[in-house]
Amino acid sequence: MNKTREPLVHISRRDTLPWYKAWGIRAAAIAAALVVCAVITTLLTGENPIEVYAAMIDGNFGTSRRIWVLLQNVAMLLIVSLAVTPAFKMRFWNIGGEGQIMMGCLATAACMICLPGVVPNWLLIIIMVIASATAGGIWGLIPAFFKAKWNTNETLFTLMMNYVATQLVAFFIIIWESPKGSGHVGIINADSQIGWFPTIGGNKYMLNVLIVAVITAAMYVYLKYTKHGYEISVVGESERTARYVGIKVERVIMRTMIISGALCGITGLLLVAGTDHTITTTLSASRGFTAVMVSWLAKFSPIFMVFTSLLIEFLGRGASEIATDFGLNEAFGDILTGVILFFIIGCEFFITYRLHFRKSAAHEAKEAAENV
Amino acid sequence: MKKFLALLLALVMVFALAACGEEPAPEGDDGVTKENIKVGFIFLHDENSTYDLNFINGAKAAIEALGLTEDQYEFRTNVPENEECYNAAADLADDGCNIIFADSFGHEDYIIQAAQEFKDVQFCHSTGTKAHTLGLENYHNTFASIYEGRYLAGVVAGMKLNEMIANGEITEDEAKMGYVGAFTYAEVISGYTSFYLGAKSVCPSVTMDVTFTGSWLDQAAEGEAANNLINGGCVLISQHADSMGAPTACENAGVPNVSYNGSTIDACPNTYLVSSRIDWQPYYEYAINCVINGEAIDSDWTGTLATGSVVLTELNEAVVAEGTAEAVEEAKAALEAGTLHVFDTSTFTVNGETVESYLADVDTDENNEKETEAISDGYFHESEYRSAPYFDIQIDGITLLDTNFG
Repeated sequence: MNKTREPLVHISRRDTLPWYKAWGIRAAAIAAALVVCAVITTLLTGENPIEVYAAMIDGNFGTSRRIWVLLQNVAMLLIVSLAVTPAFKMRFWNIGGEGQIMMGCLATAACMICLPGVVPNWLLIIIMVIASATAGGIWGLIPAFFKAKWNTNETLFTLMMNYVATQLVAFFIIIWESPKGSGHVGIINADSQIGWFPTIGGNKYMLNVLIVAVITAAMYVYLKYTKHGYEISVVGESERTARYVGIKVERVIMRTMIISGALCGITGLLLVAGTDHTITTTLSASRGFTAVMVSWLAKFSPIFMVFTSLLIEFLGRGASEIATDFGLNEAFGDILTGVILFFIIGCEFFITYRLHFRKSAAHEAKEAAENV
Repeated sequence: MKKFLALLLALVMVFALAACGEEPAPEGDDGVTKENIKVGFIFLHDENSTYDLNFINGAKAAIEALGLTEDQYEFRTNVPENEECYNAAADLADDGCNIIFADSFGHEDYIIQAAQEFKDVQFCHSTGTKAHTLGLENYHNTFASIYEGRYLAGVVAGMKLNEMIANGEITEDEAKMGYVGAFTYAEVISGYTSFYLGAKSVCPSVTMDVTFTGSWLDQAAEGEAANNLINGGCVLISQHADSMGAPTACENAGVPNVSYNGSTIDACPNTYLVSSRIDWQPYYEYAINCVINGEAIDSDWTGTLATGSVVLTELNEAVVAEGTAEAVEEAKAALEAGTLHVFDTSTFTVNGETVESYLADVDTDENNEKETEAISDGYFHESEYRSAPYFDIQIDGITLLDTNFG
């Protein structure tokens, strides 16, 4: 027997778990989170937790309208998550999604307000697509350019670009506001519907959902099977290696951020021309930040992002349904969302590491005997 | 790809079928009774904003007064001014609401959108401007003649200034008030002008400085604005913004304050004078009763002192000048009787001249054309051609230190 005291627990890195075990841990975490939430609900509000969960499900899937709204929200969060992912894979922390979306919104709204009567509607929509992608792309390129040339800190840079974009939008809202002095743009081209995306089968969300589905597949292929995608992962793993094998790192950074920003810009397009038909400084609804979490939770995999964005949107909508049904403040729903996210993010620790508990002497003896 | 499309089509059909199946059987207006009516409310924020709290309290009071049960109403809080507002309204309609209220200016377009789709449901939007020209039968606007309440609050302020002059604390020329506004919009201009005219009706030498914060809710900016006004020589402060910033700054500086949206006496016992606010309960009750009785709701309803929509909170007897209650009662009676008009053109001038004609922007149109003659019979007819305020004249005696349109 040696005398050194072994700590009660020690932690070591696991080998990669087989996928079913990893997902088993995740499922267990969600189950545990639901139980904790149930206890909190009963203790704090006296409501029946089963009813609370039923309300969450009803809030998301209760009517066909709710299902469509959920699909739309998932699609919008998903496309932003897809947009920031290539940058993240390259270890470029783009938290400027918000600003890039706003620039896309701004470009789209500008086209819808200034161009009707100048060009036919079909051409206008094409111009809107190009303008929004370009605006978002430029907003992504600016910090990438400074990073590539002078190694500036992209986290701060992209973050600050958000505020610039928001203020630009605020400025133009004052120019376009209707009625004057109201601070609101109102619905753009409400009567003529010029520049509005067509509805498919009378459903205004269908087109957005389809577009995002196509982009999801395209992003999957882009990251996994193209030369660009490979270059991004190499730069992400090690910039030096990338340079050594002859990848032009500066070019990859700038190119990737243009794609990242352009996709955010397209999100702005879908929001303004596809559904909301107006512009406000809060139109992106912090999706640029939520997307960071969605992308990380999904380990940068476009396919898993479908599930993580569904999860986040489900929790968010469920939270407000709870607030409505039980007369609780919306903050209560946020508490539940917080608990669930805590468990989900926390379980990643147990997937990556394993805990070794100190074994009791008796146990050790038994094990020793078995090993003989 | 074909398979994918086929799948999608199948999905769409399922949803479409589901949608058909769920639609509640449209009932005639006659079918709605007090026992089965369902009311929906949409609020921009929740109880943490004094603005929404005022609406929520009004809604709760109306529900209680009508005796509705818990499953006869639904509150949707934190509904932003975008597509989500339409979704919330449509969702409430899906849930069987017969009448739906929304409380924020920016909700208007989305509520109209929902009103166009759900013809059997009544939609009532506070502070909006479009119902009176839109011609949509189930869409209605409402506001209150809060300028009358502010005028009365101004009388309280004027009495206080008179007391300060009589006590020798200030000279007549030093009777300068300060006003913290949110934005340089008609709603705010109408508010501070009526407040100023109320004060001037009892204290003729009064002047006023106005500054804008550019936000409806910014505690720090409102406090700083109040402090700037006080440092600039203002001896009494009022505000039209939703935080405790200005009242608290006044309490710390010992400067009398006229509040808005509700009493601040608990936090400011030594400086709070009075507060004006809109009570939404009368409108909620009126509109809900219309639906129950199968009557049409006014497309544009203005609450007044007489309907109980415009109210003053209790005077802070410890701070107000002697005789204030009587002066307020007198002015209130005259306003209600129609012998006194807040924007009487003989009581104010613009560039030294009496205003005899003014075109106001009452009807919403793309060019913001000022089309309606608002002055007749010797006064500006505020909130008569439409419930939301449209008085936006800059009158003499009030100095704008800055402007802020957002």
